[in-house]
Amino acid sequence: MKHKISVTVNGAVREAEVESRLLLVHLIREVFRMTGTHIGCDTSHCGVCTVRLDGEPVKSCTVLAVQADGRSVDTVEGLEQGGKLHPMQEAFTEKHALQCGFCTPGMLMTTSALLERNRNPSEQQIRQAISGNLCRCTGYLNIVKAVQHAAEKMRAA
Amino acid sequence: MKTSEKICGMGHSMKRKEDPRFIRGKGNYVDDIVLPGMLYMDIVRSPHAHARIKKIDTSKALKIPGVLAVIDGPTLEKYKLHWMPTISGDTQMVLPIDEVMYVAQEVCAVIATERYIAADGADAVDVEYEPLPVMVDPLKSIAPGAPVLRKDKKDKKDNLAFHWEAGDRAATERALAACDVVAEQFVYVPRIHVASMETCGCVADFNSAEGKLTVYMTTQAPHAVRTVFALVAGHVGLSEERIRIVSPDIGGGFGGKVPVYPGYVIAVAASVVIGKPIKWIEDRMENLQADSFARDYHMKVRLGAKKDGTMTALSIKTIADHGYTNASANPMKYPAGLFSICTGAYDLKNAFCEVDAVYTHKPPGGVAYRCSFRVTEAVHAIERAVDVLAQKLKMDPVELRMKNFIGPERFPYKSVLGWEYDSGNYPAALKKAMDIIGYAALRKEQLEKRARGELMGIGVCSFVEIVGAGPSKDFDILGLKMFDSAEIRVHPTGKALARFGTKSQGQGHETTYAQIIAEELGIPASDVQVEEGDTDTAPYGLGTYASRSTPTSGAAAAMASRKIRAKAKTIAAHLLECSEADLDWEPGKFFIKGVPDKAKTIQECAFAAYTNMPQGLEHGMEATHYYDPPNLTFPFGSYICVVDIDRGTGEVKVRRFVAVDDCGNIINPMIVQGQIHGGLAQGVGPALYEEIGYDEDGNVFGGSFLDYYVPTSLECPKWETDHTVTPSPHHPFGAKGVGESATVGAPPAIANAVVDALSHLGVTHIDIPITPEKVWQLLRKAGAAE
Amino acid sequence: MIPAPFDYHRPGTLDEAIGLLVRYQDDARVLAGGMSLLPTLKLRLGSFGHLVDISRIAALEYVKEEKGVVRIGAGTRQCVLERSELITTRFPVLADALPLIADPLVRNRSTIGGNLANGDPSNDHPAIAIALGAELVARGPKGERTIPASRFYKDLFVTELKAGEILAEIRIPLPPPRSGSAYRKLKRKTGDYAVAAVAVQLTLGASGAIERAGIALTNVAPTPLEAVGAQKVLVGKVADDKAIAEAARLAAKAASPSADRRGSVEYKKEMVRVLAGRALKAALERAEA
Repeated sequence: MKHKISVTVNGAVREAEVESRLLLVHLIREVFRMTGTHIGCDTSHCGVCTVRLDGEPVKSCTVLAVQADGRSVDTVEGLEQGGKLHPMQEAFTEKHALQCGFCTPGMLMTTSALLERNRNPSEQQIRQAISGNLCRCTGYLNIVKAVQHAAEKMRAA
Repeated sequence: MKTSEKICGMGHSMKRKEDPRFIRGKGNYVDDIVLPGMLYMDIVRSPHAHARIKKIDTSKALKIPGVLAVIDGPTLEKYKLHWMPTISGDTQMVLPIDEVMYVAQEVCAVIATERYIAADGADAVDVEYEPLPVMVDPLKSIAPGAPVLRKDKKDKKDNLAFHWEAGDRAATERALAACDVVAEQFVYVPRIHVASMETCGCVADFNSAEGKLTVYMTTQAPHAVRTVFALVAGHVGLSEERIRIVSPDIGGGFGGKVPVYPGYVIAVAASVVIGKPIKWIEDRMENLQADSFARDYHMKVRLGAKKDGTMTALSIKTIADHGYTNASANPMKYPAGLFSICTGAYDLKNAFCEVDAVYTHKPPGGVAYRCSFRVTEAVHAIERAVDVLAQKLKMDPVELRMKNFIGPERFPYKSVLGWEYDSGNYPAALKKAMDIIGYAALRKEQLEKRARGELMGIGVCSFVEIVGAGPSKDFDILGLKMFDSAEIRVHPTGKALARFGTKSQGQGHETTYAQIIAEELGIPASDVQVEEGDTDTAPYGLGTYASRSTPTSGAAAAMASRKIRAKAKTIAAHLLECSEADLDWEPGKFFIKGVPDKAKTIQECAFAAYTNMPQGLEHGMEATHYYDPPNLTFPFGSYICVVDIDRGTGEVKVRRFVAVDDCGNIINPMIVQGQIHGGLAQGVGPALYEEIGYDEDGNVFGGSFLDYYVPTSLECPKWETDHTVTPSPHHPFGAKGVGESATVGAPPAIANAVVDALSHLGVTHIDIPITPEKVWQLLRKAGAAE
Repeated sequence: MIPAPFDYHRPGTLDEAIGLLVRYQDDARVLAGGMSLLPTLKLRLGSFGHLVDISRIAALEYVKEEKGVVRIGAGTRQCVLERSELITTRFPVLADALPLIADPLVRNRSTIGGNLANGDPSNDHPAIAIALGAELVARGPKGERTIPASRFYKDLFVTELKAGEILAEIRIPLPPPRSGSAYRKLKRKTGDYAVAAVAVQLTLGASGAIERAGIALTNVAPTPLEAVGAQKVLVGKVADDKAIAEAARLAAKAASPSADRRGSVEYKKEMVRVLAGRALKAALERAEA
């Protein structure tokens, strides 16, 4: 069974005809050819596939593409606007919050959503918010620092 | 720092040059690669730990539209590719003919036009097995009379993969017998898995018109892979000058992407046979269950001392569970890696260690997860033993360590097991850690808490690491010597391109190597483009693992830079019309001694190398250096952690973790700190959460993220890091390497802290991972559970 | 990692969804948050020809207070509950539990209805619903019926829901004054299911004695378990340390966990006792506050 779907990806409407079982992460990576969103596990634990569905960070490996029909999906590729990086992207570089880069897109989507909801999160709130995103390289501390740094910059702006 | 921020040499916390693509989601990982006509491969795996394959029925699979072929052992046998050598000189099945030897072993591979169809195809293959008896206990496997697992080895009568030893057994036994006190402890470091966020995979692309094979793959050692492919598959027409291995961006390696897994070889074979690119990307469960695991060392440790605490003798007997074949990635002469670093930071006059590697019905591997070639196991053994001894002697564990440290004046220090430690100052690192954490106050707090029945522990680990493999006289992998390389080319406009035989998987080489070159040549690091991973262009090297990059390729970068600087000096003298002896150097420019404005910048020299060379001197400005390290390097550190234990549940909470590391001269402090943070998280994991294990039937637990417990941000404390600097005297810029120090030092610190919390209850040891139930059982036995 | 093929349906109303379940029977499954169903399909541990997606039916997501009862639409996502002041202030047991369920990304999709209707003893909401005396409203081809949470769970993965029925709403009575509730959960790490967990709600009478005790256990039996004996021993008593200890002991006695990597039977039962004691103490403190 195939479905015609229409998804607003990073602000632009994209259309596709998909099998029922196509996972949202594969719609993004293989149909729309945006490979910033990654796949890291098969049990919905790791979070490297995180995108924002109608603004909420979700694991795109555990959403069907058809479930995104008529909705908005924001991926890491959409963070940079008009050649200007999102403050969180800048903060991640500033604070060395990435090493191999594989979990980074997911982390950026989760943390950018966090700051929209909470402009001044505590360390514990940050750790809580990213607890669905695994990282094997950084030990998390610099990611926390990056979020605090971005929050400060965004509050000052 | 000798260079300005603009040049950004050693010591600057330069923001990483690799970040721009990663933060934009523009990394280029293997699964991002799409080639025209590319097909997908999915592997069918054994649910049994040991079984005979009676029948593989591919008929249903082949009927699925889009499924093109199923490759099995007999198919590969036609090309003599069904078995392959391992990096350790043993042999491993690519696909079985009739017998499988571990759960999740590759049985056959489905090739299809789409990823989803390949999955359907794999699901539709029906394999009939006859289960056979399973051997998962290495202690049983090594016992006399055990059934022989490797029936493919004609004359093999037992399950011993190898025996290796170092030191003087007899002298050490005599010394132990003469000791006043001997701390004896069984220490089991269980099987764990790197679980890098990216799994393994490849795109194998054989161009039949050109006879050229290109493999994009997750490999930490692309050149070694190319040579191995040429040796193993030369007979099917693959020739090394027409094999190209490309290691693109890698999402974490940690040693798990060093071995050549059967999946890669099957994909290559499929591409050669079918003539199309084949993509194979493993699932997480395949990755955890079949790929290179780490650890699995059963160690009996005996540490003897005089009653005043002077340690005099150490003996360790290890049974190493290697799975069904020895596919660990160790240097050939050191099949148990650098385990003989087990005398650690202590001036032990007698020592002996032996390792018996045993075959079991489990996947092969053993060296991975940031172990530095078995240093994690060795350090866990000695640091636990030191605490057991301290408890026996009723001595403070810090006092016992300080008493036995190799003094800073003793370097270079020859250990009784044969290593020449280049430099070290162990007391200084420990003292710094104690000051930062407030050791004395913590001991006081512990006493107060104990009086109230609250459980709090302080754990110390002082470790010596051994990295930078290694000198050609002792180190090789399958005969390939473990030098490494740098090739630097400076362009007419003064920018540089530098390529290396190593391969970063997140360690930041694009930045740190540029900083080394900036330090040596004064060319701004931002003007130095670093490349690794493409065997068609990169100079030959053995890759990145065991913290070897800075000690080898980093050194090569400095040496190659110095060759360039020497040539630049000749050019500068020519341009300034003086003799070379008249010239002085400051970063980025030569100037006539005493006349600073009579100068030529390195950029001007570079331009002249193409436009205005002195007669007789070769044009161009480039140099290559293959660096054969004269010795290994010996980073070290002291870690102290504080834990609080919940008497009701047995949960261990790490309240504080202080890590003081010494990796010699530091290229980029920010990157070094990041390496420590990550290593500490990969120390907490094995200490408290991570384990892969097998029941008697060989069924695995920890084979998915459902039960392989990777720590999240909530399981990791706030790391407190600092450093001391004790340069390596033999390294071109005094650096040592640091990538694995924290995974080496953290687990023993945590284990020691937990035992320390419970020592007044009579607890002397606990094996990692320290689960709440393990603690609770000890509390219950001691009558101290809530 | 890739599910087997299936057909996908997106009904606009709950009645349409019910119609699809009636039509396809055992071969159809309700898809809500998908955080339990999709992983199962991806691992090919179960397969269904038809998925009926109710996650887009906006009418199923609501939290409202009506005549002393809080009514929650079964399609309400856990993140919405976490952000609801009504929920977190009136039901501290949920304020305790929600941040401990899976992880924040999962909670952005998974629904309270899915968590309740799975019949999975390792889900947290069932024990909480039982402790709070909640009622579950099922709607099916024959209409609507109300089932007390304490009678909803029959066996492992088996609930009271009949063929064609979908859980539509959860009704939780607002606790009277001098009530307190708490959830204490032990897990191996963030994202894992409970080693054991205990949900408690206590209501005190004017004299200070316990008028009502709701105590239920997560993941220590084939179903979520109401600790009836523990509840009984508290009613009518003043909750001192001795009474709490006895109730905790009885709660542990009622548990019948299976041994697995999270713990042995002995350990899990002991943890019920420890967690029940802590949950009772916390609930009591909140009731007295």
